[in-house]
Amino acid sequence: MEKILLPDIQDLHLIDVYISNGGYNAAKKAFTQTPDDIIDQVKKSGLRGRGGAAFLCGLKWSFMPKTIDKLKYLCVNGDESEPGSFKDRQIFEFNPHQMIEGTIITCYAIGAKTAYVYIRGEYHKWIKLLQKAIDDAYTNGYLGEKMKETFGTDFTCDIFIHKGAGAYICGEESSLMNSLEGKRGYPRVKPPFPAQNGLWGCPTTINNVETIANVPKIIEKGWEWFTKIGHPKHPGTLLFGVSGHVNKPGVYELPTGTLLTDIIYKHAGGVPNDKKVLCVIPGGTSMPPIRGDKLEGVRMDAESLKEVGSAIGTGGVIVMDEDTDLVKVLARIAHFYHHESCGQCTPCREGTGWLEKILKRIIAGKGSTSDLDLLITVANQIEGNTICALGEAAAWPVKFMVERFRDYFEQRVSKEISLPVANKVHSMRNTAFPLADVKN
Amino acid sequence: MEFKFTPENLDRIEQETKKYPVRKPAVMFALYLAQAQNGYISFEVMKEIANVLGMTAEEVLGVVTFYTMYHQKPMGKYHIQVCTNVSCMLRGGYEIWNQMKDKFGIDHMEVTGDKKFSLEEVECMGSCGTAPMIAVNEDYYENLTKEKVEELLESLDGSN
Repeated sequence: MEKILLPDIQDLHLIDVYISNGGYNAAKKAFTQTPDDIIDQVKKSGLRGRGGAAFLCGLKWSFMPKTIDKLKYLCVNGDESEPGSFKDRQIFEFNPHQMIEGTIITCYAIGAKTAYVYIRGEYHKWIKLLQKAIDDAYTNGYLGEKMKETFGTDFTCDIFIHKGAGAYICGEESSLMNSLEGKRGYPRVKPPFPAQNGLWGCPTTINNVETIANVPKIIEKGWEWFTKIGHPKHPGTLLFGVSGHVNKPGVYELPTGTLLTDIIYKHAGGVPNDKKVLCVIPGGTSMPPIRGDKLEGVRMDAESLKEVGSAIGTGGVIVMDEDTDLVKVLARIAHFYHHESCGQCTPCREGTGWLEKILKRIIAGKGSTSDLDLLITVANQIEGNTICALGEAAAWPVKFMVERFRDYFEQRVSKEISLPVANKVHSMRNTAFPLADVKN
Repeated sequence: MEFKFTPENLDRIEQETKKYPVRKPAVMFALYLAQAQNGYISFEVMKEIANVLGMTAEEVLGVVTFYTMYHQKPMGKYHIQVCTNVSCMLRGGYEIWNQMKDKFGIDHMEVTGDKKFSLEEVECMGSCGTAPMIAVNEDYYENLTKEKVEELLESLDGSN
């Protein structure tokens, strides 16, 4: 199988090695075509975003206005904070120039003169590695003013790294833009979408690092070639980050539509001590989990996972064996989203806290059967009622984990403990307003 | 205590502002520099940054409190960050976190008496495939066992 993003070439991160393997030829080819041609090819290739939503990349680019009265910007999203996701750092480390070349082509296609690569603050090492690669690209005339000479074009662009400082929410595109503008990283209400009103009010496109890294190969080898790899509705390869209870955790580049069981047993070496799989989260912790007894035939692409009630997310596969304490795992996930909620929207700010509290009550052995319904109720009240998708990210794992592992969770709660929640609220009201008639 | 950037740091902030059409986005970079120079972010630091970048100190405070990597109190010489998120948890992240807490007798965001070590329980650092992990200041240590952690701490403790 041919690898698009992380080919087995020694020292590919060095610019000389990258060039001697045909690097920056795609950019040269791109400059002989019009920006619309490039957008058209990426559209036809069916490339979908690798950051979680799997939105069609070419379509996103086509939302950018064609007028040139305002500056335009590209943001490359390398915030990579979804637990279970660790793929972008591989690109920064092993193939940074392909991402830089992709950024150049994307800038040309959407008419942006400046691209910002937003990288999470904890990635000190990878920021340095990418900065070195960008510096080398400048020195070799692939970025900045020298591009005119190198590519024989009037077009120039610059790439800057913007370092985050530890906030999961900044991976959300509008939050990323606020963070880049030097503000608190609050997500913005959409519409207006970034293509109309992005960075400093200018049209902006935000793409994931992995998405951008695919672009040079599509231009170089043609969109027809790309559509033939993997699942026809979600073509290409994905960087699957496999973690948890497997013998060989790591990042595996495989075509979309690869069997989940193949990823776990063939590539990641199976489960230690041949234990059974209890649960798999297919795309980072915010995605709905799949039961271990329902893994047969599940294919890893956006369309197939939708059919089994989950989503591809960032391709971060977390495997849990039969001895895993799922309640503790879910409580940890709930803690994460509570910690990372930015606090703008009440359903998320308060709801994520309640999810965590209820799950901790269950861990303490004080959970009642009604708590399981309460978890789902709270999750449903978060989902769809928030500005950004962190609401869904917090609600989905709880809702679907409890629904799909109801038998498991039932064993951890007691029917004896009754917590008539509605009455409890009423009794509180009674204390506060002793004269009010609040019965039912 | 008053805080002023060193001329060298001021120069670096000027360079950073050139990346953007306005000065404000350099605030995150300036905060990192200030933290390195001052040890932590005090309100005096925020006032200085506000002054340099044409913001209000309150705007800077808003940024400081939004992100976890800016500290408003001095941390240890070795700031140890232990990931306990799911992928690390499944491979022993909590064992390492408890080992640290026992070893130093401190908890989340606390500093040892000799100011050498501080601890932080962090969210996913992107080392899920090489879990469990810790980071000491800016460096990642991955694929850890309790023994390896012990060895690492010994080597830090022996250093000055």
